Amino acid sequence: MTVEQLAVFLENKSGRLAEVSRILAEHDINIRALSVADTIDFGILRIIVNKVETTREILRKHGFTVGKVRVAAVEVEDRPGGLASVLEVIRQAGINVEYMYAFVHRNGSRATLIFRFDDMDRAVEVLEQAGITLAGVDQA
Amino acid sequence: MIDVDEMERLPRAGLEAVQLRRLRKLVAGVYERVAPYRAKMDEAGVKPEDIRSLTDLQKLPFTTKDDLRDNYPFGLFTVPMDEVVRVHASSGTTGKPTVVGYTAADISMWADIMARCLAMAGVKKGDMVHNAYGYGLFTGGLGAHYGAERLGATVIPVSGGNSKRQITIMRDFGSTVLLATPSYALNLADTMADMGVSPDELKLRVGIHGAEPWSENMRQEVERKLGIRAVDIYGLSEVIGPGVSMECLETDHGMHVLEDHFLPEIVDPETFEPLPPGEKGELVFTTLTKEAFPIIRYRTKDISRLITETCSCGRTLVRMEKVTGRTDDMLIIRGVNVFPSQVEHVLMGIEGVEPHYRIEVNREGNLDTMDVQVEVSAGLMEQPEEERQALTGKIRSEIKDLLGVTCGVELVAPKTIKRSEGKAQRVIDNRRL
Repeated sequence: MTVEQLAVFLENKSGRLAEVSRILAEHDINIRALSVADTIDFGILRIIVNKVETTREILRKHGFTVGKVRVAAVEVEDRPGGLASVLEVIRQAGINVEYMYAFVHRNGSRATLIFRFDDMDRAVEVLEQAGITLAGVDQA
Repeated sequence: MIDVDEMERLPRAGLEAVQLRRLRKLVAGVYERVAPYRAKMDEAGVKPEDIRSLTDLQKLPFTTKDDLRDNYPFGLFTVPMDEVVRVHASSGTTGKPTVVGYTAADISMWADIMARCLAMAGVKKGDMVHNAYGYGLFTGGLGAHYGAERLGATVIPVSGGNSKRQITIMRDFGSTVLLATPSYALNLADTMADMGVSPDELKLRVGIHGAEPWSENMRQEVERKLGIRAVDIYGLSEVIGPGVSMECLETDHGMHVLEDHFLPEIVDPETFEPLPPGEKGELVFTTLTKEAFPIIRYRTKDISRLITETCSCGRTLVRMEKVTGRTDDMLIIRGVNVFPSQVEHVLMGIEGVEPHYRIEVNREGNLDTMDVQVEVSAGLMEQPEEERQALTGKIRSEIKDLLGVTCGVELVAPKTIKRSEGKAQRVIDNRRL
């Protein structure tokens, strides 16, 4: 089971990130998790939202380039070792992590780790076999 | 961290920002460290600071094979030789090869580049990659090898030749990906037929073919005879080796240039003025990331055009059309670059021959053959037959030594070969690709 993540290309000009968040706010889009990857030349805003296609359309209409990829949303207990145990399973399977970010649940006992692996299919298989919970996100 | 998928699908603004930053760093480094480049730039009145946009690339002078020959062997390298972990060589236009070099970082980067190319053809960890490109000074074999290993696939380094054994290995080891020149792929298909092995007995799924020109008709023949998808790959040692551009599975029109590493241009072959996107002309490349042997505006002498329309695979990397010809007289014979001037160089160093020769190229059973006809001197015509046979043998072995190609040699009487008024018609290429 995987989750859809949108990646918004941000030109290296100030205000771009603010512009995106303003547009999303205006259209009532809630961001569940986000990460900004920065290079010297540009940035990429990665977001997990509920209304995937709507969000993509809205951003495109405003001139943004938006890509969509599957990521794994791994649920762990919000305590030390949560991340390490998942990474150990991945390491042993010889899979590489392209990037990751995380968010904590409101009730404080669990956290969700968002991963993009170099081999998504195998990663999902390996994690499920290890009894690791892959969450869905309510997405349209 | 930006992953490869994101990098290859960046909007043009992002890609061009990456290219400009890398170009400026390249030009500054080369100006500082490579005297011949500095001299050429000074002569053209260009300084590194003058490169402020991608169009400023056009201010820089071109580089040609002659520059490499003039600085043979290592004069254009940017680092001391103890930092060069690999050299490769390809044919020069006369007696000396073209030499290129790589630092450890270059080798690793090349592996990543080739891995990306293989991935465009659907190759992945778990594939059995049958590498029939020649291993040695030629960049093809080792270039493809390191890329497949970086991808995590299993590599069978068969190199070229011994077709029957290759078919047996394909069947017994379960090769899934074939890396070979297009003509060698067809040669393997013929060998299979001779051995009574059907493509259904093999696990081959895709073939990645390059190092020589091949037509759409040839592609269909390869696909039909081997039961595979056949895709095009392009490269040249002066730029890196294989991996400069690659066809994706989603389209069979044009190869994506790995533009974050190699900046492409198309120029008019006579005036050298840059041509607008879509027009046919000479391909020129500038390396953006290589350390030991970067190259600025290298005139490849290959004719192509750039396709800017978006590709269905989603990659925004510009595509180059299949190379349709050359602006010079270079031939590719069984994947080896051959310049008629190299044959001339050999002949001029041998006593008893006149500087009148003709090269005929044919393709028999999917293997290129080269035959050289050369006039002997009047004096030699009067000698016993053994003398002429010895000379034939000598010419053949010296051509093999210099060019790396075995050819047929025929000595003919003086004045047999037609003289021409202008440029000599040295080569008759009967191959229909």
